[in-house]
Amino acid sequence: MLHRLIFVPARLVQAVPVVLGVTLIVFFMSHLLPGDPALAILGDKATPESVSALRDQLGLDQPIWQQYVHFLSNIVHGDLGTSFTYQRPVTDVVLQAVPVTLTLVALALLLNIVISVPLAGLAAMKPNRTPDLIVRALNMVGQGMPQFWVGIMLILLFGVRLRWFPVGGYGDTPLQHLYYLLLPALTLAIALSPTTIRSLRSSTITVLGSDYVATARSKGLSGLPLFRRHVLRNSGIPTVSIVGVHLANLVGGSIVIEKVFAIPGLGSVMLDAIYARDFPSIQAVTLVVALLVTVASILTDVLYVVMDPRVSLGTGVRV
Amino acid sequence: MTAAAEVKSRFVGRRRARRRSARSLRAWYRNPSLMAGIVVVGALVLVAVLAPVLAPYDPIKQNLPDALQDPSSAHWLGTDRYGRDVLSRLIWGARVDLRIGFLAVLIPFVIGSVIGALAGYFGGWFDAVVMRVVDVFFAFPFLVMVITLVFVLGAGETSIYLAIAIVSWVAYAKIVRGEVLVVKEHDYVTGARLGGLSDRRILFRHITPNVLSQAVIYAMSDIVMDILAIVTLGYLGIGVTPPTAEWGSMILDGQEFLTTHWLQATIPGLVVVVTSLGVSWLGDGLADLMSPEQRR
Repeated sequence: MLHRLIFVPARLVQAVPVVLGVTLIVFFMSHLLPGDPALAILGDKATPESVSALRDQLGLDQPIWQQYVHFLSNIVHGDLGTSFTYQRPVTDVVLQAVPVTLTLVALALLLNIVISVPLAGLAAMKPNRTPDLIVRALNMVGQGMPQFWVGIMLILLFGVRLRWFPVGGYGDTPLQHLYYLLLPALTLAIALSPTTIRSLRSSTITVLGSDYVATARSKGLSGLPLFRRHVLRNSGIPTVSIVGVHLANLVGGSIVIEKVFAIPGLGSVMLDAIYARDFPSIQAVTLVVALLVTVASILTDVLYVVMDPRVSLGTGVRV
Repeated sequence: MTAAAEVKSRFVGRRRARRRSARSLRAWYRNPSLMAGIVVVGALVLVAVLAPVLAPYDPIKQNLPDALQDPSSAHWLGTDRYGRDVLSRLIWGARVDLRIGFLAVLIPFVIGSVIGALAGYFGGWFDAVVMRVVDVFFAFPFLVMVITLVFVLGAGETSIYLAIAIVSWVAYAKIVRGEVLVVKEHDYVTGARLGGLSDRRILFRHITPNVLSQAVIYAMSDIVMDILAIVTLGYLGIGVTPPTAEWGSMILDGQEFLTTHWLQATIPGLVVVVTSLGVSWLGDGLADLMSPEQRR
């Protein structure tokens, strides 16, 4: 299995221009701010001294390509500026928030599987019959729901009415973290599930019609064992790449959901920064989120190759 | 008449072509998704247009003595914390959310389609550059990029249009490029080229009309995404500036009173869901109509 991962270095090289492009876009964002970037970044707290200090730090008097090189070298050295809201280096603030958001996203992916696999299986067993039609209708409704509103509705039901879950916050111990993250993760999973279910349903229908499933059936396999051992393994493969494509939206959704549930992750950092007009933090979160998405898409490709032995690696190496 | 239909009518005979168009017309009203979409979206647009007539109260004027009332015959959906009629704000909100949602797709649709068509047709370094740029933009989550851009460009409707345009042209470019790559190998394009037509004429008169259907179908789901983004911006308090009635900011206002007045946050969300459903139906219906061979 491991020798199949020979393509990983090539995939990493492919990611280099993407990462450079991401830094370029984040860099140019500060130039979209109206007026002098230094003044816009400092906002209300600007004094003539602090403005000229920041102009020096950003190198605003240099030609634009030098400013970009400067920006890049700062990133490489882990220096993303100082956050005004937190009075700390932005890098510290962001790195503290990353694990929280990652846990939330991971839990959401897990719940997405729990929701999607049975529903997609149910729908695929008898296409165009009642269960299938219900699942497809749910999908359509699910896709049109604002994520933050789903979160609020879950708070209303499970937090306010039933009192099973806290209405927000993050708790103190790791176990409490998981408990506090369950509702927000469920919100994200509900948003992701329509895409997952649609992909899984159609690939399951294809797999169910294949010869090897007929063979497995003729051996006497049926029901759950058949589904788990022969169907899901194969129908899950295309779904992995679909979910991979939507990982960016999952991360984007978590930014908003963290605000709904008051979770101290990247989203809270970003939105607090927006309300405080703290530009370095906004820039840093945007950059980190894009880098996380790039890494996630590489991991998806790796997972895809690990799961599906038939994938051609495109490296010219026969495996 | 599209290029494909032109060729068809020449080779298949005019009468058959006429019968074909009559058949597709009949499919038009036999298409349940399309009909449902037209009814729902049509009703919403009508409500938005007639807002000044339909809304029983001023959506902005505060009336503090009447704050936070439960639904009654005077206020069918109750009042918010400033005593404003919730139903009236919903009706006026339709104007803002629908207008921005539908208009926001236009710029990225045009820009993305043109860039995608050029990249797919000419290939070479331009195509390579465009595809790398597309990859870069796909690394940013849609919402994160829109939130950041609206912040950078300053609050307000213009910023929302700009932010959505900057982010979402890439999807159209990718879709149209892919379609052009397929269509440019077709015989009628080769024929047009052998006939000495210019690249511009081939691309915009013969290829583009045949590849736009996929972009139009995508645009419908893009409208849903844009409406959800606008509502989200409103909920985060960085979208359309208050006190303008907008569904997202209504949900934000209502969230504070979830324990006592849960309808306040629930109803605007339901309206968003119905709107999205209507647009999705419209999109499914259009997809059936425009590419019947891809029907489920």
